[in-house]
Amino acid sequence: MASIEMRNIVKQYGDGFPAVNDVSLDIADGEFMILVGPSGCGKSTLLRMIVGLEDITSGDMVIGGKRVNDLAPRERNLSMVFQNYALYPHLTVFENIAFPLRLAKTPDDEVRRRVNEASDVLELKEHLERKPANLSGGQRQRVAMGRAIVRQAEAFLFDEPLSNLDAKLRGQMRTEISRLQRRLGITTVYVTHDQTEAMTLGDRVCVLRKGKIQQVASPRELYEQPVNLFVAGFIGSPPMNFLPASLEGGNRLSTPFGPIELDEKRAAAVRGKGDLLLVGIRPEYFEDATLVDDAKRPLGSIFRARVDVTEWLGDSQFAYIPYEAPDQLREQLRELSRELDSEELRTQAIVSIDSTSRIREGREAEFWLDSRKIHVFDPHSGENLTRDAQAGARLTEMANEDRLEQVEHAQSTGQTVGGFGDTGGGGTGGGGTTGGGTTGGATRAGAA
Amino acid sequence: MSRREKTWWIVAGVAILIYCLFPIAWIVSVSLKAPSDLTNGQFLPTNSTLVNYREILTGGSKDLFLPALRNSFGICLIATAISCLLAMFAAYAIARLDFPGKKLILSTALVVAIFPVISIVTPLFNVWRQIGLYDTWPGLIIPYLSLTLPISIWTMSAFFREIPWEMEQAAQVDGATTWQAFRKVIVPLAAPGVFTTAIIAFFIAWNDFIYGISLTSTDAARPVPAALGLFSGASQFENPTGPIAAAAVIVTIPVVVLVLLFQRRIVAGLTNGAVKG
Repeated sequence: MASIEMRNIVKQYGDGFPAVNDVSLDIADGEFMILVGPSGCGKSTLLRMIVGLEDITSGDMVIGGKRVNDLAPRERNLSMVFQNYALYPHLTVFENIAFPLRLAKTPDDEVRRRVNEASDVLELKEHLERKPANLSGGQRQRVAMGRAIVRQAEAFLFDEPLSNLDAKLRGQMRTEISRLQRRLGITTVYVTHDQTEAMTLGDRVCVLRKGKIQQVASPRELYEQPVNLFVAGFIGSPPMNFLPASLEGGNRLSTPFGPIELDEKRAAAVRGKGDLLLVGIRPEYFEDATLVDDAKRPLGSIFRARVDVTEWLGDSQFAYIPYEAPDQLREQLRELSRELDSEELRTQAIVSIDSTSRIREGREAEFWLDSRKIHVFDPHSGENLTRDAQAGARLTEMANEDRLEQVEHAQSTGQTVGGFGDTGGGGTGGGGTTGGGTTGGATRAGAA
Repeated sequence: MSRREKTWWIVAGVAILIYCLFPIAWIVSVSLKAPSDLTNGQFLPTNSTLVNYREILTGGSKDLFLPALRNSFGICLIATAISCLLAMFAAYAIARLDFPGKKLILSTALVVAIFPVISIVTPLFNVWRQIGLYDTWPGLIIPYLSLTLPISIWTMSAFFREIPWEMEQAAQVDGATTWQAFRKVIVPLAAPGVFTTAIIAFFIAWNDFIYGISLTSTDAARPVPAALGLFSGASQFENPTGPIAAAAVIVTIPVVVLVLLFQRRIVAGLTNGAVKG
């Protein structure tokens, strides 16, 4: 186990295109880090540079305190789960999982013991003698994970491991990966384009756009205090609504959904930033006005709008409200949605209302909007003008405390996979949680 | 498939089968006829006899046929083995690496493959005599490599290209050197391709006549196709049709056996389950 540090990492392809551009990122020992972004943002390239399958154009890659830029993948002692699993079809499940151990010339009984442990954890026991061709998608995925956990690697790397599974299985495997990571307490880097995976799995999430880091923070901070339009639009489903607005007279923003009152602090941050602004409002900050408590009502504003479409999902309900935006802004919003891998054709707000609401499509209705949590963006730079950095840092700090507590809990209750993390009762020596088999003890640095 | 369509498929299939198999059946039938029976005007022999087989295996033509058979086997197997090994490395490089001159190698291989053999035989004959390769096994193995290598490289690089890159990368991450990844992952996955290539290469070498007849003069290296042309009848007034037919049947047997043996390995599908289904 080791920390991973990246300093000014650049990846340039032959044609000079920078797939990854000046990325600096510290991943703590035992942390679950998510690399997320729309397709083509360089997240997979970054992961492949960590594992050594892709050359680093410039910058330093430091794993466990040691610069690994020039080391071959096998010398880095990392394990990776590929998007398409990359199982060896000519070997049985047992031999697939045992493959890294066989390469390390581990003695036979040790191999058997470790593979059996791994297959217990992943519930692959009854499939050990089968060939990968005869397994289902989920089982293949678990074999790929087994091959990763069977040896004591410095870190786990996942490259969109769940994208080939159907939705239901994906949910199950997601929780399974989360549980496994906590049990083993191993540094994990996980690439995905699915923001649900990013939000649920990550201790911290790194949002990338065109090879550059936008924000690195806990999921909560990303959601509540995004740094810019891109992060705000990428995190959250359905996405944040962006409405054109202008500041008029003191603290009042005028928007297509009526005036919104800002508190003094945010108004001050927004003042003097131009005539045209963008207000970001998450769908759940809206509500059907008839269903709002009288106590809450004064905290927001009320407006009337015509509902285009409603979607009733049982536990929740969404309403779509079209609005008018200036052409220049409309173009910009379209550009943003294209960049986020979606194609928004019209300017409309998606509003979450209570599932019992009687608001129906095509009718005009009254909505309440919670103005306490809205953000105001500069449409030109995309910057979030009302971001509260302190509040954000607090959220990430809390997440970090939670993580340490969870790891401690998992380890104190003996959940660390019976003798899994500690090399089978110290058989190969090395204190605590160091790896025995694979690369000797050469790269050990501060196994906490 | 409708009934009518089905009937047509059957009719066409039978026609093709007859067209392909009739000459072989004819050779078999001729090989079973006694010399006096050859002109009986019928497809089948009046009395089936093994006299022709006896003639080439134990009789007068034994000294011509048996050494030739041994030469053919030895030379073709060695040529096939060398060609497969070389082609495996070459094809791997072509499929995986990006190096200058890759296109050149592939097109040169193609040019060599379509180069008319007959135009190179005379110069080769002179060179071989000068350097002492004439009428030796290496003297045939080397030209056979030039026949089999291009096609082997082309077939195998097609197979290698089918193997997903990730397989090898996964092996490297798991701790394998490039060589280990090649040997433990790529080669087993490419096995059907290797077998297919080996069989094709073996047939090409086995079927060669021009090099065989031009670059040999004694039974030190003469392969079967060349030996067949040198059979003589019991007297100079008799055509050796029967023994030639018998020898032809015998040299066909290894080819059939090879295909039957490796048929199941040739069928692709070994990569099933490697990646998402």
